[in-house]
Amino acid sequence: MTTDVYVPRDASALSLGAEAVARAIDAEARARRIDLRVIRNGSRGLYWLEPLIEVATPAGRMAYGAAQAADVASLFAADFLHGGAHPLSQGLTEEIPYLKSQQRLTAARVGIIDPTSVADYVAHSGYEGLRKALAMQPADIVQAITDSGLRGRGGAAFPTGIKWKTVHDQKAAQKYVTCNADEGDSGTFSDRMLMEGDPLTLIEGMTIAGIAVGATQGYIYLRFEYPHACAALRQAINAARQAGYLGADIMGSGRSFEVEVRVGAGAYICGEETSMLESLEGKRGEIRVRPPLPAIKGLFGQPTVVNNVVTLATVPIILARGAQFYREYGTGKSRGTLPLQLAGNVRRGGLIERAFGLSLRELLYDYGQGSASGRPIRAVQVGGPLGAYIPASQFDTAIDYEALSGIGALLGHGGVVVFDDTVDMAHMARYAMEFCAIESCGKCTPCRIGSTRGVEVIDRIIGGVERERNLGLLEDLCETMLQGSLCGLGGMTPFPVQSILKYFREDFHAQPRH
Amino acid sequence: MKALSASEQAVVLSVVAEHKSRPGPLIEILRAVQASLGFVPAAAVPLIAQGLNLSRAEVHGVVTFYHFFRDQPAGRHIVRLCQAESCKAMGADALAGHAKKRLGIDFHETTANGDISLEPVYCLGNCACSPALMIDSDDLRGRVTAQGFDEIVTALGHRT
Repeated sequence: MTTDVYVPRDASALSLGAEAVARAIDAEARARRIDLRVIRNGSRGLYWLEPLIEVATPAGRMAYGAAQAADVASLFAADFLHGGAHPLSQGLTEEIPYLKSQQRLTAARVGIIDPTSVADYVAHSGYEGLRKALAMQPADIVQAITDSGLRGRGGAAFPTGIKWKTVHDQKAAQKYVTCNADEGDSGTFSDRMLMEGDPLTLIEGMTIAGIAVGATQGYIYLRFEYPHACAALRQAINAARQAGYLGADIMGSGRSFEVEVRVGAGAYICGEETSMLESLEGKRGEIRVRPPLPAIKGLFGQPTVVNNVVTLATVPIILARGAQFYREYGTGKSRGTLPLQLAGNVRRGGLIERAFGLSLRELLYDYGQGSASGRPIRAVQVGGPLGAYIPASQFDTAIDYEALSGIGALLGHGGVVVFDDTVDMAHMARYAMEFCAIESCGKCTPCRIGSTRGVEVIDRIIGGVERERNLGLLEDLCETMLQGSLCGLGGMTPFPVQSILKYFREDFHAQPRH
Repeated sequence: MKALSASEQAVVLSVVAEHKSRPGPLIEILRAVQASLGFVPAAAVPLIAQGLNLSRAEVHGVVTFYHFFRDQPAGRHIVRLCQAESCKAMGADALAGHAKKRLGIDFHETTANGDISLEPVYCLGNCACSPALMIDSDDLRGRVTAQGFDEIVTALGHRT
């Protein structure tokens, strides 16, 4: 009997040597004349265990990690194909506490299936959502999304159903569904993991969106830094088309939908929705002034849904299991689950999908097991480069939209970057301004000029030049950018800076550095 | 402005012809030109503009807006070092300092022998395995140490 062995094709797993592991398993099996099949799955998101090998056994999938190619011979010697004991053995994958305690709805299949196999996808409840959607009136699909309480997971947290209803209600010959896969926030990788590990979920979600709002063409705007996601998406789109889940007659319904991947060219601002639309049109990614909203006048001037990868990838399970099922997870106005991403200076970084409401402390210490360096955690930045730095005194805050906003922070796309006590927060404040200067689209003055002035004034503060006066100037500049910028880049760059001024001000008073 | 060779011109014209009927084709065209020629030569801009019925300024504006496009050839390999927060939390600044010293160049520069171009990048999505870098189009590396960096440049055939 053929044994199935799983070795991830996930980019992070590859970055740690997964390709060599897969090749070594293949070579060793041939040398030993053992019949096995290596399946290239996504990552389970337990990155301290990558590359993570899994073997399908009658008891379930057994995990071995973190494995290198050099470990493969000893794994065979230990009879890992039958779950044999080995120093790298982690037991049954599903029983690993980090994974077992999660509530995986959106990322339910990631790391489990062969990402490009429609058959495997369908065998794991794939396309159940689309099947139900095709039997519904478009307005009822929109209502189900509204009832689920799903909010945009890209960062803005706008109710998805309301956005869809606006597009649904427009009269137009052509409408579009666009997926924002320009996941540029440092500390985030859930979009990447989904696209590499279960791309058909995103494609199904976009197809449902198309049927709901009356769009026949979808675009995935993907950053160029994600080549592995691009390959997985294109393979999955072809497979879906061949199996009749995309194209002119979806599942024999007579409905039509197509998806195309468009790769960006390196611009953080293109994660802002109007800038993304400009870029999809082949132009400079300068933001558009709203109104009109993209839902009314979006891509090529037509009504357009713009949703993040995680948002769209959550749509299938809402249709398959019902709005009520989904909204039973979560707390307050933050319904459902969120795939959190734990990164930076942390022992156990990875993907943690849980219902809203987990505390930062649980995330950092129960899942993360503290810093990678073993030093005290001094700060975490939540929500990417535009998110506030949160001090240890606030680690009991719950991870939901309202609780974080209550302490002047934001959840954004759910990335949490950990810093130990060696971090120089004045340097991080300078970096926030520098990043904004590098990535500003240049359309509005507070962002374009303000960010550069911000770097200069922070340099003067760090250098000990008229510190108090320049600290006042920095606070004033932050206020100007916050109030006067056209979009979130200039308008939110002050958040990390202000949080540092508030909680880590002493770092601005350190001795001048060389 | 250096004129295009006949073969470069043929590449640009065929790329334009292939993509021009697609919606919003300019970035796709620039990506394809760079994939073939290694960069977007200044002399390609008027050709592309003419093919798409755009002004040269519009095409130039797009080339210069995006970090990915280059108007000069790169080295034989491009090494992109992540400089974003997660990697900084794991020593990306020190790693960048080491890389610049090891190669004798700053960001956006190429070693004198043309082996390696060094570029900063702001997030490779490998944040649980910081610090990260990417070699050429898709060779991602995680948990990169100074010693690991030296091994990478040696493996790329770079000698100083």
